[in-house]
Amino acid sequence: MLLSMKAIDKSFSGVRVLNAASLEVEPGEVMALVGQNGAGKSTMIKILTGAYSRDAGSVTFQGREVHFSSTADSQSAGIATIYQEINLAPNRTVAENIFLAREPRTAFGLVDRRKMRAEARAVLKRFNLDIDVERPLENFGAATRQMVAIARGVTQNAKLVIMDEATSSLDEREVAVLFETVRTLKRDGVATIFISHRLDELYAICDRVTVMRDGRTVAVSAMKDIKKLELVRTMLGKELTAFTAAQRNREEADGATLVEAKNLSAGVRVRDVSLAIGKGEIAGLAGLLGSGRTETARLIYAADRRDGGTLSVGGRQTAYAQPADAIADGIGFVSEDRKVEGIVPEMSVRENLTLAILPRLQKSGIVDRARQQEIVERYIKALGVKCASPEQPIRELSGGNQQKVLLARWLCMNPRLLIVDEPTRGIDVGAKAEILKLLRGLADEGLSVLMISSELEELIAAADHVTVLSDGRSVARIPAAELSEERLMVAMAHQDGEAA
Amino acid sequence: MTTYLSFLGPLAPRSTIALARLGVIAALIALIVFGALRYDNFLSSYNALSFLRYNSMFALIALGMALVIMTGGIDLSVGGTAAMASVVAAIFSPYHWAAGLAGGLAAGLVVGIINGVVITRLKIQPFIATLAAMLAAYGTGLLLAGNQSVSVSYDSGFTEIGQGDFLGFPIPAWIALAFYIAGWIALERHPVGRRVLAIGDGEATAKLMGLKVEKTLMGVYITSGLCAGMAGVILAAQFGAGQPTEGVGWELFAIASVVVGGTLLTGGVGSIGATLAGALLLAMVFNILNFENGLGWISLSAYWQSVIRGLFLLAVVILQAKIAGARANG
Repeated sequence: MLLSMKAIDKSFSGVRVLNAASLEVEPGEVMALVGQNGAGKSTMIKILTGAYSRDAGSVTFQGREVHFSSTADSQSAGIATIYQEINLAPNRTVAENIFLAREPRTAFGLVDRRKMRAEARAVLKRFNLDIDVERPLENFGAATRQMVAIARGVTQNAKLVIMDEATSSLDEREVAVLFETVRTLKRDGVATIFISHRLDELYAICDRVTVMRDGRTVAVSAMKDIKKLELVRTMLGKELTAFTAAQRNREEADGATLVEAKNLSAGVRVRDVSLAIGKGEIAGLAGLLGSGRTETARLIYAADRRDGGTLSVGGRQTAYAQPADAIADGIGFVSEDRKVEGIVPEMSVRENLTLAILPRLQKSGIVDRARQQEIVERYIKALGVKCASPEQPIRELSGGNQQKVLLARWLCMNPRLLIVDEPTRGIDVGAKAEILKLLRGLADEGLSVLMISSELEELIAAADHVTVLSDGRSVARIPAAELSEERLMVAMAHQDGEAA
Repeated sequence: MTTYLSFLGPLAPRSTIALARLGVIAALIALIVFGALRYDNFLSSYNALSFLRYNSMFALIALGMALVIMTGGIDLSVGGTAAMASVVAAIFSPYHWAAGLAGGLAAGLVVGIINGVVITRLKIQPFIATLAAMLAAYGTGLLLAGNQSVSVSYDSGFTEIGQGDFLGFPIPAWIALAFYIAGWIALERHPVGRRVLAIGDGEATAKLMGLKVEKTLMGVYITSGLCAGMAGVILAAQFGAGQPTEGVGWELFAIASVVVGGTLLTGGVGSIGATLAGALLLAMVFNILNFENGLGWISLSAYWQSVIRGLFLLAVVILQAKIAGARANG
């Protein structure tokens, strides 16, 4: 046994978040750790890495009882953690990032740069990564950065690598590369704890799975012995009827087109994109990272200026100069990055929800509190936002509920088109299904939705049709009836005969 | 295998910051050429040597400031520290030249330690912490000096530190050069330099990577204090008196030099050599303005010089923002 966490208890200000939870990992195995948001996964990991202390229970690592008091502590003991937000220094070179704080030294105590370079190259080579280690890390994409983070862990003689949502910002091809790295680690006897919201990934790479719910460990199983539906059921702790699809219970589209974009282009990211969205439709936008999905949405929203192409909304040619014009014309945009472009963490649910509509709520320059209150209560109820009160700071809400507030922010503006970029990123399975259902309900009421997503199963479940981008061009438009992961992936890879 | 991984390769060309640094050096050379062609005596050894003698002080505080800014911090106390250090150095100068030197450095060390403790232990924003230290340092200097300048001893050899020459070059210039070489080695070749820059890249991240963030920051503020203390010693030695009212605005000159040298105010990116070039470039602008005044065609008061300095800095910062923007979109 490499790691054994037993009967771990942890409470925060009287609220019990871990209740006799356990987690065991064998040397060289890939252990999935799953659970909804709030199940206690991240608390468990933080206790393991020394970021938190435990109230009760024991942690045994490599046969010895351990009490790590900081992440530096657990690192030197052989536990490396790779986070979703990559915790490396972007302006430093690849080699420096691998060896920061442990640089090889010359006889004079200075950095032995030649040795550092050579060792950095050697360790990356093990992962089949042949890059210029003298370049700043920010020059590389997310997958490379994550592999550099892993390389850093490996050079610290890590026996256990924790990947906490490490794949959530990677596209499928990059995930494949990362998995290859995990397999390399496995061959060297290094164990991995793998946390991901994407269930398919667990089946692809993990040997066993530990399921947590409400602060307890509720199941441990070999990955091959547990069916996907069973796994979801264990995570949610209830019979799950409809994760797979927000049902399409609406009649066929009436054919009216709301948005028609033709041959949009801007810079190198968007070369030639055409798409059409009908009234009351959910249009999916798929493609690998860097294929121009978000950039296309930003053109429609006028967040960026387009070089060429035409855009008509509601039958009229438009040339919005800035997002404010697009908003005024009934277009809403829920950004992919809730934390940076979306919520104002310190503000209350009420303030966050009415941020965009505030100018319309003014009566002689002063916010009409009664109307504001009414709107807030209406949407909290309609979207099922779980919060203690509208005055609760939004940062205290779960990711799914934050996302609902952001949706509400735009919905109260009565938009015609709502653009949602990765609407379920970092949200647990239950809330995911709820968000998708919500979007479907809105579409049924006549709202048009443009949904960008990296999760194919989500597009298949929710979209009426999916436009696939590849390298800045729209290469396919697949109607709902023909949607399958296979079909989407073939189009995204843009191989023979798949041109639009 | 390599080909299939090719999409993981670099997304952007090598840092445009490096180009900006070359730009500073090019501008410096251009100004020297311009001055040499336009003014008699511009290239005279008298002008060159007094230029180096006087501006060594500013180069020194720019060095400390550069290290602080690379960590993402700021040190507003350098001017006040230099003024106080000049007074302390003057007070100790009669005992021995080394006593004056040690006194000035000790004054800088104390301010640096206080800044470091307040910032790393009490978690006060560097801007506020060093602003308070600036006010306190000016006050202490005035108290020690009794509200007037304090004459240094001319018998102990102390004034040599500011006025003397060694191998034909002013001693202050040698001192600044030594500090810069030490700074360059620390930043570019010693592990501590990686730490300084990594902290500027993101303090929380640096901590997660197991770096000793607080110890490093402590060292950086102490270094800045020592640089300011050394500048204060040179100030007293050069002008023969401890000057409690000098140093006003020096922190801005230092920040300007650092920024002109391509160090990002947000931290994480910076160069010692370019900081020196930045300090020399700013000083050269003044030198040229002085010569221009000397020609008699225009007469720029100190006030106008200040305006020009401000505009110059603004232009540089705008340029830097453009470069950063180009990088972000690159």
